[in-house]
Amino acid sequence: MVDKMVNSIISEVSGASPKVGSVLNVSVSASQSSSSANFANEIIMESAGLQVHYGDFLAVRDVNLTIHRNEITALIGPSGCGKSTIIRCFNRMNDLIPSAKVGGNVYYKGIDLYGPEANSGEVRRRIGMVFQKPNPFPKSIYDNVAFGPKVNGKPSKKETDEIVERSLKRAALWEEVKDRLKQSAFSLSGGQQQRLCIARALAVNPDVLLMDEPCSALDPIATARIEDLMGEIKTEYPIIIVTHNMQQAARVSDRTAFFNTEIGANATRPTGVLVEYDTTRKIFSNPSDTRTEQYISGRMG
Amino acid sequence: MNTVVTSVGELQPSGRKLRQQRVEKLIKFLLMIVAASGMLITTGVVVALVRPSIDFFRSISLGEFLGTTAWFPLYEPPDFGVWPLIIGTFSVMFIAVIIAVPGGLAVAFYLSQYASDRVRRKLKPTLEILAGVPTVVFGFFAINFIGPNIAAKIWIFSDVGFYSSLSAGITVGLMIMPMMTTLAEDAMAAVPRALIEGSYALGATKRETCTGVIFPAALSGIIAAGVIAMSRAIGETTIVLLAAGSTANFTFDVGQPMQTMSSFIGFAGLGDQPTGSTGYQTIFAVGSLLFVITFILNMFSRKIVARFREVYE
Repeated sequence: MVDKMVNSIISEVSGASPKVGSVLNVSVSASQSSSSANFANEIIMESAGLQVHYGDFLAVRDVNLTIHRNEITALIGPSGCGKSTIIRCFNRMNDLIPSAKVGGNVYYKGIDLYGPEANSGEVRRRIGMVFQKPNPFPKSIYDNVAFGPKVNGKPSKKETDEIVERSLKRAALWEEVKDRLKQSAFSLSGGQQQRLCIARALAVNPDVLLMDEPCSALDPIATARIEDLMGEIKTEYPIIIVTHNMQQAARVSDRTAFFNTEIGANATRPTGVLVEYDTTRKIFSNPSDTRTEQYISGRMG
Repeated sequence: MNTVVTSVGELQPSGRKLRQQRVEKLIKFLLMIVAASGMLITTGVVVALVRPSIDFFRSISLGEFLGTTAWFPLYEPPDFGVWPLIIGTFSVMFIAVIIAVPGGLAVAFYLSQYASDRVRRKLKPTLEILAGVPTVVFGFFAINFIGPNIAAKIWIFSDVGFYSSLSAGITVGLMIMPMMTTLAEDAMAAVPRALIEGSYALGATKRETCTGVIFPAALSGIIAAGVIAMSRAIGETTIVLLAAGSTANFTFDVGQPMQTMSSFIGFAGLGDQPTGSTGYQTIFAVGSLLFVITFILNMFSRKIVARFREVYE
């Protein structure tokens, strides 16, 4: 039954967009060896025993993930399972919440992000983020993209112009905005604003891109554009994406982590746990855990 | 086709609901009267100001009022050149704004972005107490502390006496700083969290986020706060009366005693000016001028706020 559903998703997607279809083919061929450990792409980030408390409340625990080059990793699961909390550990955004306490480790190229060798500002420069709702600054389109380069080492006007153009081209927005760079970012549509936010994140030349439900405020056409874009840039920027939309995870990602909630002993609120992490093909066709199977087949969540 | 038919009253309210709806109408009427009274009072103030002012300008020409520089309206022979009061007013306002606006902004940034919860919980109520100190207490603080210990030490261009507009301006600045802080902090708190996170996510530091994102996004609110601070400084009477003296000096030296428009009104209003005398009418003429100046400042600032208004989405 699960197989059938995934097949229908794949055929539906490859019919609409050959690019995304080819992405799935990659994961299909790679996952034929059934174990993700044999994946050729090297690991760029890794979490070990990651857990987050908000005050006394354990929000999510024991998360072990590996993030690979050239890949999109999707985090899926029901509301409150800690997906967003986890993705915010990968660029230390949880530092901004005073009550949040991060336990365990997150490694970027072998360096512990929460260790003494890591500076939160430099971490966030290297590991960019796109948020749930488009959040352009109340500035012009140009200034939005130029903001990151400016705070990370004052490039000249000419360099800034080049960075802005390159980033907007990379985010597939240049053609639509090149004649009105000085206009307010709010003159753009929601989908354009989100691509502007992607351009803004790419302008500081990150190594990894985090996307926290980047399409949840967008219509299906704008969503498709963002998904195409993700497929295009993933070879330069490995992507971790949180999504509520299982079809989206199946369409775009190479690996999928399924999170679920459980109520621990003595706990009043449910804690998020990582149930299963594997290639997207495996998760959607032959999951090892029955909870994963129930969730993706729609019997739960 | 059959249509269901019911009695006419079915969609009409009855009993308690009907009474409630009548109460709604009454409440709306009462609220409207309260709101309208605000307009009536403003009109009343203008009329009360304008009538004696017109009488004043029947005997004293507008040319003398705005064209000469000596202000001795209660002396014999009197002089009615209002410029010393205008200069005094703007001197005190300028000094107060220089202290209150950057100071208030700095405290607002500290409270909203840097301070820990524990510090904020202690600092905010303290500031609110400061805002509640009566201005007459501030006035004596100016005479006993700010004047001799601060104003006399920092003003190197002349000897600062017992009364000075510098001491008055500094104290007025301190008096309005808590209000500036509160208003600026409200404006900063209204900046969506998503914008601030967007800035941090690009590797920006706290200071870069404050100056690059929060300040521009909150600018219209901050300007509005600055304008209110300015109006408070112009209107402040008691502190200026106590700290700057009551000599209408035509000078730009803020180490000298000065008189502002409002402190003149406070000062002359205490003396026994016979109703209808020119001295009595002078108070209203100066009041009208003060009204016009604050009105222009308000209009001007509305324009500025509209110009800088940042819409978040």
